Amino acid sequence: MKAKAGAWLRRTWEHDLAWGFRRSPVTVAAAFLTLVCVGGAVFAPWIAPHNPFDSASLVLTDGFTPPAWVAGGRMEYLLGTDDQGRDMLSTIMYGSRVSLAVGLASVLFSMVLGVGLGLVSGYVGGRLDAFIMRVADIQLSFPAILIALLIDGVARVALPRDTHDQIAIYVLILAIGVSGWVQYARTVRGSTLVERSKEYVQAARVIGRSQASIMLRHVLPNVMGPVLVIATIHIATAIITEATLSYLGVGVPATQPSLGTLIRVGNDFLLSGEWWITVFPGLALIVLVLSVNLLGDWLRDALNPKLR
Amino acid sequence: MRADTLLELADVDREFDVSRPWLNRLLEGEPRRSLRAVDGVSFSIRRGETLALVGESGCGKSTVARMIVGLYAPSRGRIVFEGADLADPASAPLRRRMQMIFQDPYASLNPRWRVRDIVAEPIVAHGMAPDAHALAARVAELLTQVGLAPEDGGKFPHEFSGGQRQRISIARALSSNPEFLVCDEPTSALDVSVQAQILNLMKDLQQRLGLTYLFISHNLAVVAHVATRVGVMYLGRLVEVADAKDLFERPRHPYTRMLIDAIPDIEMSGRPRTPVAGEVPSPLAPPSGCAFNPRCPHANDRCRAERPASHALPGGRSVACHAVEEDRIPDL
Amino acid sequence: MAEPLLSVRNLRVEFPTRHGTLIAVDDLSFDIAPGEILGVVGESGAGKSLTGMAIIGLLEPPGRIAAGEIRLEGERIDALPAEAMRRIRGKRIGAIFQDPLTSLNPLFTIGEQLVETILTHLDMSERQARDRAIELLAEVGIPAPELRIDNYPHHFSGGMRQRVVIALALCARPRLIVADEPTTALDVSIQAQIIELLRKLARENGAAVMLITHDMGVIAETADRVAVMYAGRLAEIGPVKEVIHAPHHPYTSGLMSSIPKLGEGRETLAQIDGAMPRLTAIPPGCAFNPRCPKRFDRCTAERPSPLPAGTTEAACWLYAR
Repeated sequence: MKAKAGAWLRRTWEHDLAWGFRRSPVTVAAAFLTLVCVGGAVFAPWIAPHNPFDSASLVLTDGFTPPAWVAGGRMEYLLGTDDQGRDMLSTIMYGSRVSLAVGLASVLFSMVLGVGLGLVSGYVGGRLDAFIMRVADIQLSFPAILIALLIDGVARVALPRDTHDQIAIYVLILAIGVSGWVQYARTVRGSTLVERSKEYVQAARVIGRSQASIMLRHVLPNVMGPVLVIATIHIATAIITEATLSYLGVGVPATQPSLGTLIRVGNDFLLSGEWWITVFPGLALIVLVLSVNLLGDWLRDALNPKLR
Repeated sequence: MRADTLLELADVDREFDVSRPWLNRLLEGEPRRSLRAVDGVSFSIRRGETLALVGESGCGKSTVARMIVGLYAPSRGRIVFEGADLADPASAPLRRRMQMIFQDPYASLNPRWRVRDIVAEPIVAHGMAPDAHALAARVAELLTQVGLAPEDGGKFPHEFSGGQRQRISIARALSSNPEFLVCDEPTSALDVSVQAQILNLMKDLQQRLGLTYLFISHNLAVVAHVATRVGVMYLGRLVEVADAKDLFERPRHPYTRMLIDAIPDIEMSGRPRTPVAGEVPSPLAPPSGCAFNPRCPHANDRCRAERPASHALPGGRSVACHAVEEDRIPDL
Repeated sequence: MAEPLLSVRNLRVEFPTRHGTLIAVDDLSFDIAPGEILGVVGESGAGKSLTGMAIIGLLEPPGRIAAGEIRLEGERIDALPAEAMRRIRGKRIGAIFQDPLTSLNPLFTIGEQLVETILTHLDMSERQARDRAIELLAEVGIPAPELRIDNYPHHFSGGMRQRVVIALALCARPRLIVADEPTTALDVSIQAQIIELLRKLARENGAAVMLITHDMGVIAETADRVAVMYAGRLAEIGPVKEVIHAPHHPYTSGLMSSIPKLGEGRETLAQIDGAMPRLTAIPPGCAFNPRCPKRFDRCTAERPSPLPAGTTEAACWLYAR
């Protein structure tokens, strides 16, 4: 068993992707930063110096403490505190949790929806294909953020306020997810058209496999390469969309602040000199999005044989 | 119908819609256009024989193969297998008994599947293995049968050469115990020394398992080697069918003669040959009358006006040619 | 033999990869005389196309000529700067590739493409160049050339397009024509016509032709001499009749008897078991030794160079004295 795992490790290390990865310092740095951001977010309850949402541990008089290296700063609050005395570093870690969760979940949602529709559209063809693609065209003529605003707006009107706050995150995921499926659907449809005409798909048809089985077991694994690339880059976009919506106040409620919410809240204090309340969440957002984007770029180049 | 007939095609047509998109047709006032890839083809295949269909690209031979295995439905005519019309949904279980081998060994195997799963797919699809153990044993047997090792089942297709991949393809086709294999240019993507291996393997399997082959090829030398009978196609029509030996020794249809003359003379025997002239016309606008008339040295007014029907000659041969029927072409 | 038009000596083409350097062509030497057609045959991966690419200076990086020399009419052309090579290509060497569709630019008429090529290499007026283009189209057998010259490539059928590509390669009356699988994409009846055309052109222009193909039939019909390649190395070279009828190298004889021929009643074809080694795993000694029915000790230890064997030369220890 151990030898097997060792062989697997060696194969992975020797793999072209791993080799290309090791040779690109920018990608390694991006991967490291992503790991730091994701690790900080995932393990926040255990590694964050404070729990910003435990009102018992909050000391209101510690409010507006500047970062540790500024005069008046304290080592206890490395990046300072906000108006209610919450430690900024901890808030950012907890905020990234929400941002990442919304980003990943909405990308997953778009991916499942888009890959499914694209696969059916490309494989079945005909009127169904024309219909799905026209819907995609119509959707593309609205900006993603507008669609998200629309869905969120409808949910706000339709649901009582308390219920809405409880399910706000899910509405947000749905809104961002729905606005992103078209790209997956188009890519998958294109690759499906190519794969469908290949002889291995015809062989499966001659063998007597059902359409669903051919789509899922034969075509799907062969069209997923580009989808993974889009998904990686899309995570960054989704995080930004979430931050934008939260900044506009239609995103997650203030009780569960994401990076976007933090930036909006901190914005009020920017002019009165407490810059750290908004700048640090902003920096965290930039670092996270940039490194995920760089990883996505690398993955796209690595999986594209023409650029090798 | 003869008692030993396994498959019969009766006056089969296949049209493809090649119209431009609906909006273009509307704006430019264009009518729908269709291409008749297969035009009134009839032939039968006897149990245990190899019938080869030959012709140049676009003659419809691959379309015939794909209609037989059910990848396309005929636009007209009937395909009868073991006495049952394949268009009838009740004959679906018969499909297990025919399989296909494809041309491109690089495209015909799913790159993300292991070889054992590829070979097992027909068995699984038709629920032919009682348990996983029996399935594994059957896959090992099949791999051995085509000259691979049972351990090769754990590998992926890209780890094999073109010839080995074609062996995997054959193992897959054999796994549901078919009697009839449709082989679409099975060796044209392979190097000659590998082609010989695959042709020998196919002959060997035919003898051992009593298989019947429909063999599609553009290479007449290969066809002369494998076929019992040969059908020659031109622009979607079947122009001559004859026993292989007769066809190559005494071709009757002018197109068959031209094709045989075009085979490179590798022996450099200096056999007399008429130089080939002209090219295949567009199937969108086939010539009137006999499709071959613009290139035919024997064409007359009747050939340009009236489409020749296939007529039987002694020795089980049939030819669709006015000049042969009227005895205007001397027999060789 | 007359002064060779093309002389290749100890050519070695390498592809550096991260898993080590692949030697795609190794220690290859041959000559082509003026007016001669040399056929180069081999199975896929034998290095025949790369040899052609090395000669016309179009090796795709990271592929490179690692050793040896290529001389055209006595002048070394393997280490020329890109610009000098570009001038030689087209003027003194013409190239014909397999796929006639991708060799022509679909956005220009064939006349524009011919005239442009002629003006690049020859000193004439546009008017003269156009006349020359029409002349060339007639020469390669395109009916009504003065009308067809203003057509776009998609107006031509596959066979006619390949004729246009040949006309394009002939623009500047090159001394050497490198034709890589010129008939492979064509139907048999068209193939015969193109073969005839190539032969006529070599005969009438006194140009040397290097005809690269996997099809022994095409070689038999066209070539004067033939070089058989195996795993990047020369297996046998000699006059086409001898190589086909009385081959000396065991690989050539295996190859020849594995080809199905008309009018023979053999039940099974002779076959060479196994497959050509991948470039990453070429065996020591003679590259063919694992598949060779006549192998002996020396074959696995030492690599043979081409040795005289009857009228041909074969890289096989059977012919060592």
